[in-house]
Formats: sequence, C-alpha cells, structure tokens
Amino acid sequence: MKIQRCKGMRDMSPEAMAAFRRMVGTCRDTFVKWGYREVRTPTIEYMHLFTSAGTLTPGMLGKVYSFLDWDGWSGERVVLRPDGTIPVVRLYTDSMQGLARLFYTMNMFTFESGEGNRERWQCGVELIGAGSAVADAELMALSMEIVKQLSLKGVELRLSHAGLIKVLLSKLKLTDEEQHRMFDSILDGDTTLLAKASRKLPELADLLLPLLSLKGQTADFLKNKRASLCRGIPEIRAPLDDFLKTVAVLDDLDLKYQINIASGTGFEYYTGMIFQLFMGKEKIGGGGRYDALIAAMGGGNVPASGLAIYLDRLMDRVKKWDVTPSATKRILVKASSSAGIGDAFKVADALRQAGCIAEIDLDGREADWTLEVKSSKTMTLISKVKKSKTAVGSVNAVLKLLEAEGGG
Amino acid sequence: MAVKIALPKGRLLRKTAALLQKAEWRLDEYHSSMGFYRPESARFPDLLIRVFHEKDIPIQIAMGNYDLGICGLDWVEELLVKYPSSDVVKIKDLMYGEGALYMVGASLSPDLRQNGIPLRIASEYPNLAEAFALKQRMSRFSVFPVWGAAEAYPPENADMVLLSAGSAADIAGYGIRPFDRVLDFSTFLIANRRSWESKKLDKIVASIFNVLPPAVKSTVEKRDDFTSPLPIRFNAKGVKRDAVRLALPDGHQQQQTVGLLSKAGINIDDYPSSTGNRRPRIGIDGVAVKVIRPQDMPLQVANGNFDLAITGRDWLTDHLAQFPSSPVKEILDLKLRRVRLVAVVSRELNIDNPGDLLRFSADRDEPFRLASEYVNIADKYARENHLGHYRVIPTWGATEAFLPEDADLLIENTETGRTIARHNLKIIETLFESTACLIGNATPAPEAGKSRLIESITNKLRKAVGTD
Repeated sequence: MKIQRCKGMRDMSPEAMAAFRRMVGTCRDTFVKWGYREVRTPTIEYMHLFTSAGTLTPGMLGKVYSFLDWDGWSGERVVLRPDGTIPVVRLYTDSMQGLARLFYTMNMFTFESGEGNRERWQCGVELIGAGSAVADAELMALSMEIVKQLSLKGVELRLSHAGLIKVLLSKLKLTDEEQHRMFDSILDGDTTLLAKASRKLPELADLLLPLLSLKGQTADFLKNKRASLCRGIPEIRAPLDDFLKTVAVLDDLDLKYQINIASGTGFEYYTGMIFQLFMGKEKIGGGGRYDALIAAMGGGNVPASGLAIYLDRLMDRVKKWDVTPSATKRILVKASSSAGIGDAFKVADALRQAGCIAEIDLDGREADWTLEVKSSKTMTLISKVKKSKTAVGSVNAVLKLLEAEGGG
Repeated sequence: MAVKIALPKGRLLRKTAALLQKAEWRLDEYHSSMGFYRPESARFPDLLIRVFHEKDIPIQIAMGNYDLGICGLDWVEELLVKYPSSDVVKIKDLMYGEGALYMVGASLSPDLRQNGIPLRIASEYPNLAEAFALKQRMSRFSVFPVWGAAEAYPPENADMVLLSAGSAADIAGYGIRPFDRVLDFSTFLIANRRSWESKKLDKIVASIFNVLPPAVKSTVEKRDDFTSPLPIRFNAKGVKRDAVRLALPDGHQQQQTVGLLSKAGINIDDYPSSTGNRRPRIGIDGVAVKVIRPQDMPLQVANGNFDLAITGRDWLTDHLAQFPSSPVKEILDLKLRRVRLVAVVSRELNIDNPGDLLRFSADRDEPFRLASEYVNIADKYARENHLGHYRVIPTWGATEAFLPEDADLLIENTETGRTIARHNLKIIETLFESTACLIGNATPAPEAGKSRLIESITNKLRKAVGTD
C-alpha cells in the first residue's frame, strides 16, 4: 500500500530545498546586516493567544488547526501557529523591552480547501518599540532590499493605511456589528460591501468613493485632496498626515510605490501603514504597523511594525533561476578493494577537511571526479570529462590536481 | 449498486415512520422497540435501510457509507461548521421536528469580548459553540462537549450553554436565560454529494417529496425576546464555596445508585426526579448534588467542577486515554452495573483474535474502520494493535448496526453478550471489565473540612459496597 502525502502539505526535494535555503539565506543575511536578531517561537501555542484582543478575524480563526492537547481537559484548545507576528510579540512582552529588531523563519498553518497550501513558510521581521515614519520606511526599504537581493523582477510596492480604512468605516453609519463584519471582509480581501455601503451616503460619496477607488496612483492625489478631505471628515486628518509623512520619507529614499487604500488585505492588528509586495497578481510579502497589539496583549503602550516574505510563493520563481554553480569541489571516493575501505574513509575525511564534498562510493556509479583508493599512498584520480587517469600519492596532490583542472 | 439510506431513531422516529408510511414504503420494522435497526421496504425491496442515532447520520452520509439520510439540520450544521467541505447535500426540508439552538447565559456581562477571563461553554454541539465563540470574538473560552444535560451546567459549571429547544420559553423552565438564537432547524433529507450526482435516487426521493405537505411553512420570522438583562454571576442557592460537589448519573443508572446510597445510609430527595430536577437534595450537610450524564463526569471532575462523581470505569478509561495525565482517579469500585468492554467483529469475517486484525488490515487498501462510543479507547486499541491505516468512527449508540458494512470492528460494552450474538457478531477480545465507580481528583482538596467530608462519603459508600 502506498501511503500518500497529507492533503494541502508539500514535500521539498533536494532541488527545492536548495532554492529554499538560498532564499532564507539571502533574507537572513540582509536582516542581520540591518541589525535584526533571529528568534523562533514554538509551533504550538494556546488558542487564546490568537483569539484575545481580536487579533485575528473570525474567518481566519475558523481555518486554524486547533485541538485539545494531551492534558487539555479544561477544554481550552491549542493551535498550530497560524501567524508569525503574534507569537513574536508574545515573546517580546515575555522577556524584552525597548527597541527590538527581531526576525524569524517559521512555518504557519491554516486550512485551505482543495489543494491549497496548508503549511506556509515565511521570513519575517518585527520592529518593536519604534513608531516613526522612518521606522515604517525602514521596513519598506528592507523589503525592497530583499527583492533586490533575490533578483526578483517587476515587484510592486502597494500602500494602504489601516487608520484611513477605519475612519472611512466609521463614516458609514454602521452598527458595531456591521462595522466589525465589514472590516473583517475588507481584511479578508473583499471590498464589495464597503463600496456598496458608501454609495448610500451621497454627502460623503464624493469624498469616499475616489479615495476607495484610488488605485495605482502616487501621493499627489492625496496631497491635493488633503484640505477638502479634512474639511469633510475631520477625523481623517491624523491618519492621513501619518500616511503622507511616511510617503514623504519613501520619496526621499526614491522608493517606487502605488497607493491602493481599499486593499488593506492583511491582519486585523494593523493600525497604521499597510504595505504589500506584488509580483504580477501574486502577493509575495507585506507588512504594516500594529501599535495596539502589544498593549492588547498586556505589554504596555509599545509601537511596533513588521513585514513578512512569503517563501512558498517565491519557490517556483526561485527554482527557475540559474543557480550559480557551487565553488565546492565534489569528489567520489572509491575503495579499489575491501582492504582499502579504511583508507578510503580517511582520505575522504581529509578531503572534507580541505573543503571538498567527499562522497563514499556505494553503488559503483560514475562521477565527474572519482578517486580510487588502494591505500592512502596509492590512489588514482579519474576525470570523467577529460577521460584522464592520474596516479596520486597524497591528498595534497589530489587537491592540487583538482585546483589546476578547475574541477568541481 | 444498491441505494442505502440512514433513518433516525429517537426523537424523529415517530414522525419519520409516519412520513414513510404515507409514502407507502411499507417498512416491516421501524418503531421504538425494534431490535435490529435493519428495516426492509416492500415498495423498495432493493433499498438498504439502517437505523442510526440521529447525530451519526450526517457523518455516515459525509463518509459515503450512505447515499441518503434523514436527520435534524442541527446535526448537519454541527458537521458542516467544522468541516465545510464535507460531501453532504441538503436536499429538502421535511418540515417536522422543528426547534432552535439557543445560546444561554448564566453569568455573563453583555460584552462577550471581555479580555482574559476564560468563558466556559457546555454543549452537545461543540463545533457550533466554538464557531459562535469565534464569531463573537470571545477573547478566551473553553468548550466542554457534553453527551447531554447541558442545561444543568450553568451557572456553577459553565458560563454559557448552547441548547436545543422548541422555543426560548422552554428554556426558561430550567431557570436560565437564552440571549441569542444561533440556528433554526427542522428535519432534512440529506444526500452524499457524489451519490446525488451519480446514483439513481429519483424514485426514492420522489416518493417522499410527493407526500410532503405544500410548503406553507410560516414565513414570519421567529422572534424571541432577549431584552431581559443577563443575570450576573451568582452562586446557586445553598451551595457554599467549600461544599463537596457530587455528580450523580441520570438515565437507567439512577435506580441502582439510589439503592447504593440508601444502603450507605444517605438520604436523597427527588432522585430520580419525575420533573427533571437535576439538583436533588442530599441528606449530608455541605454536599451539593447535580445530576449529569455519566459520560461527561470524568472531564468535569478533571476540570474541578465536581469533587466526586459516580460513573462507569468505561468512561473513566476513555477519559484517561484522551488525557493521560488527567488528575481524575478511581476512588472506589461500587461493583454495580457489571459490563465487559469488548472488541466485536462480524461473524462472517475470518478473525478470531486480535492477532488476526493485523493480517486483515494489512491485506486491504481501505483504512480499517473502528466504530465506538468510546472513541479514545478505540483509538488506543487501534494503535496498540498496530492497525496502521485506520479510522475511528464516533457513534452515539446503536453501534451494532454499523457492522459489517459501515465498520470493521466495534468497541462495545455488553452485559451478557446476547445482543452481540443476535446481530450475528462475535467477540474477539475482552478489553476490561467495567463497573460503576466513585471517581475524584487525585490532588486533595486544599480545605481540610472538604477533604474530611470527601473521606466520610467515601467511607460510607465503602461500607455499603462491602469492601474494607
């Protein structure tokens, strides 16, 4: 009987893992250079970490893998981590204070119907303890640096602002329940409810609809409309100015972006700037500001923001890259008789010490470079490409030959 | 391939039988005292009919064991809310057995999103209860799945319960107040999605459709008045904080329990209760009694909701299989209601002992199916017998009807083995012997008075049972 892979889960082959490691390595190197320090939180957390303070939408929570632990007789469930930010914030409130630049590589679990990925890998950072436009801009600049380091082409940076969305919602004369539902639907990526509701308010429609339909523009529109917007909706001043301040820093940094207010798809804990990285129609990452989350989790009034790169969505693209040939030399070590096995292992070890990949032959295959070992002093180096055989008397002689031949 | 239909026993049986009689199915046996759960229809002789507990039917349909089923929409939604991609299609509202699920509060502030305080919800519908909690954005909650008697839990043992009732007024009789109607339901004809798309079910379905009353179901929105303020957290009358809380079983175990108590010289009023009173008065000062399902007791003792409970060793064992480090322990064997927990297979299978199971399950591609009310014992049994690829099918009684078509093995309790033999089944192993027992928390009560009282009750019962 063939046992199948669990639905919605995927394997990573050696080739896929090479691409994965390269992406993670690139993210990691970049994060470290920008001053971030790596953390990792457990795969299993209490469910109430995610339900408390309304940190995730009910739609999202309905897709979480939750279960009773082996000691879960209290009926409180535990979950497979559905999100990276909330656990990292928990870790911060547990044991850290002040400014913290943290990053992680972790897998998240949520149910997707059909063949959708139920386990997703992310590289993410959390910038906790800083609330300025410069901090917002740092995360966006860092995202674009990752994009550059990964040689990703045609990536768009799209901006929105949770504060702006919330002010718009508050203008729609909705009950609390409706407002929750609508915010949830916007965060779950659906803006039809919002557009429909705003059409019912003619006095605001002139102001709201252009704002909602604002897609793919620069900040000039907002700057020009600022006066009339603030006159019509006084509460919009604070989030709008916050938004424009960050945008001004982005302009200074010469970062290209587009504004798309109604597409705030992300997490409910966002309070300010929201940004998303798109490659064509695919969202490959994003982040935003979540100034209320730490307070809601009992950690005091600490501003924070974060970003995540969605590794699974990049996997296929990265696999297609020309993976630069590894400089490491690879050599197959073959004992020419059973008497030579001990020496073959010793020689292979010496080659590894010298930085080569040395593989012991097990099935008589051919390789680009093969070293036949009769004893540690009597060896033959065979090149498949050059069809050459050279007698060698020491590991150093082997290394010299490989060097000269440019083998690898 | 023959068409298979699952019919409900219990609450919906009488009206379902009447409907099918009207549809001229001419069933040979489908009434409350039937012994076999396998009626045959003279009108549809090829139709394979099985009778299940209502709650089992949506699961059987979703698994594809049955093409059609009749059951309450409440159980269909209980499945779909947790597993929305289940292969269940709602075909038709049969317009009887109506009711609604109410969320009932005992001690709530109106803001369900209050931070930090865990809210306890007891329900026979744990999935719907959880969905409700998430939708209301409760910040922290726990759900106790119960086999029944959910209305007995608030206010001491649960903050809310999700209950099925005819109307909000019915619930008021329990002394608790509903604050939200979560679901309206009635009886539905349901089908397996693949069967509905590919099998010829038209004649059977038409026979039912033809006798349904015209759809005159009232379109007036059902209204409930939830305006009355919710009661604030309170202690039930007479229950002191340091009282010993004792759980006694409902159902058919009541008579034997009364006998035992009286032998121990313990008086109890209104138990069994003709009015459904679940808080009988006991003749020992400082002891509060509540009557709940024996199945639910180990979990409730683990949670600290009760100090002592009289349940069966079978349910304690099932609880400990699910939660191996649970603080619940057996204090005293009460030597009542002696049954054996047994592994049962069809007599037609070439399996005579547990060793044969391995060979049997290894020889086939499909997963080995274990049906049981004791899901955790069944799961452990499968692991311990190395059954490899297996599935546990939870059931709510009438488990014999599952073999041989819908399961390969049952874990069942039996007193004499006669029912098992009558269904053409055989016992291949006795797992253990179960009797009623007194259970309690292994961690002693911190209050000295309370632990003395627990000790004294235990001693009285020990004398009555006749052990030292």
